[in-house]
Amino acid sequence: MALLEARGIVRTYGSVIALDGADFDVEAGQVTALIGDNGAGKSTLVKILSGTENSEAGEVMLDGNRVNFNNPAAARSHGIETVFQDLALCPHLDPVKNLYLNREIKRSGLLGLLGFMDRKSMRDHSVEVFTDLGSTVRKLNEPVGTMSGGQKQSVAVARSAAWASKIIFFDEPTAALGVVQTANVLDLIRRVRDKGIGVVLISHSMPEVLEVADTVQVLRRGRRVATINAADSSIEELVGAMTGKLDEEAA
Amino acid sequence: MSTPMKTSSQDIQDMIKSEQVSIIQRITRVQALQIVLVLLTISIIFSIMAPDAFLTVFNLRSIMMNTAIFAVLGVGATFVIITAGIDLSIGSVLIFSSVISAMVMGNLGASGWTTSLIGLGAAILSGAAWGWLNGVLVAKAKVPPFIVTLGTMGAALGLAQVLTGGIDLYEIPTEMVDTIGFGNLFGELPNLVVLAAVVCLLGGVLLHMTRFGLTTYAVGSNPEACRRVGVKVDRHLIWIYIISGVTAGLAGWMSIAFFQQTSIGGNSMTPLTVIAGVVIGGTSLFGGIGTIFGSVIGLLIPVVLQSGFIIIGVESYWQGVVIGIFLIAAVYIDGKRRERAVRGSGRKPRRLQVGGVQVGSTEKEGIK
Repeated sequence: MALLEARGIVRTYGSVIALDGADFDVEAGQVTALIGDNGAGKSTLVKILSGTENSEAGEVMLDGNRVNFNNPAAARSHGIETVFQDLALCPHLDPVKNLYLNREIKRSGLLGLLGFMDRKSMRDHSVEVFTDLGSTVRKLNEPVGTMSGGQKQSVAVARSAAWASKIIFFDEPTAALGVVQTANVLDLIRRVRDKGIGVVLISHSMPEVLEVADTVQVLRRGRRVATINAADSSIEELVGAMTGKLDEEAA
Repeated sequence: MSTPMKTSSQDIQDMIKSEQVSIIQRITRVQALQIVLVLLTISIIFSIMAPDAFLTVFNLRSIMMNTAIFAVLGVGATFVIITAGIDLSIGSVLIFSSVISAMVMGNLGASGWTTSLIGLGAAILSGAAWGWLNGVLVAKAKVPPFIVTLGTMGAALGLAQVLTGGIDLYEIPTEMVDTIGFGNLFGELPNLVVLAAVVCLLGGVLLHMTRFGLTTYAVGSNPEACRRVGVKVDRHLIWIYIISGVTAGLAGWMSIAFFQQTSIGGNSMTPLTVIAGVVIGGTSLFGGIGTIFGSVIGLLIPVVLQSGFIIIGVESYWQGVVIGIFLIAAVYIDGKRRERAVRGSGRKPRRLQVGGVQVGSTEKEGIK
């Protein structure tokens, strides 16, 4: 049984049918790539599964239990985190404060009740998280706005990895990065996967998908049209599934 | 980075890169220090030009007295501006609160400490009410803070005039005037200044040491990111404007203790003076940056200039000119600083940085 199973998800925006009964599966400790042409419904599906938007029909099972995420907090409380395309970091805050944003550790006793934070624990734990992921972030007291794109990305990934116990969605994590930094992000993704977390990678880069994914699920016109084992697939096959060329050939 | 595969040259490049970043950072971090240097320079010039008049206990006391009420307002304004907001209503809320406070105290006989403290409560509550209204309109109704507080600026002053018929109230308890307005601690330190210092200290602790303060910076830095991690941004903003209202209310109470009357006709320039001081002190109008300490220094500058100009015989009208220049320079420097050091959290434009200083050498790494 899969860690997360989505069945028959429907979502429309006015007359536009974004998802038309889409299915999706995530396995623990695997990288599942979600691919599809523009408008295929990838972003909508991720928004629904991470609680940012609601579905109109269909059901989501997590660990075999039916769940309903009305908001991102509900998804997070089930151990599901998202690395957003725009990273959703506060540029003026340092990596530690970003990692603990809205989850700050309070001091014990009266000082804690007054809102004083336990900076040392937060910092120590952040060092563990960053080291664990082999992150390039070296300065924990600089604002993340001053850091390179790759370092910002690794702060965002570390934040998700620190809090996710089940699934992390990566929404086009490498779209803005150079070659070396892309390799680093893919490496981060592998490390997260090796911790037993289910990773969902949304990407437009087929070589990247083939390099890091275990399975590839293809969306077209709001439905899942193929589930492909990445190890014995090719760019041609993935592109064919995305554009619908395979169906035509089969037919 | 993929530690196992990484070459040592990349490692070194990374270290160099973080060194470059930290140099920019070091410069930006001393912005408060730069303002202190400006204040010191101005003070030294006046001291040299008028050694027996400027650097006297009497003059320093009056400078501190004249800054005290502005500093209390500045605490609230700093919180608001860090969230990338603005509160233009503080001068009118000050007047409104002082009118309510004076009316309440007048009805209670206008004498005694109990009456004075009830007056303090009335001033703070009426300030908080205006702050709450500002906050709700900004956070929930999504009206831009400039417009909301421009509206409440007019409304609060108008209501104060309606309540009094435009005539200032003079019935202030003597206990409060003698102690808060003109009393001293240890013989020389004005109580008004002590009270302002306590408010600044409390504001500083709240802003710099607590979770509430951290959330304030976060909301100013990237409200959308805060929403996505579950921060109740709207509620936080309402609290921020309430703080600004409370400091304005307290300032209103301090003001009637000092002037022994309400000042309905005064304070039209107060919000602009306070905002200018806060911004000169290094708080960014774009949000996410600012300190209470910087605001206090920034608010001292116009007061010191005015005092100095009077002493050396320059018409004090020049103070407005100089402050105008400082204000524009401060915002210019802030803009440059942001451009260089702090980019948005989103996708970085893949180009070299301004001034030849490499913040993120994305391109170079990519090419390698």
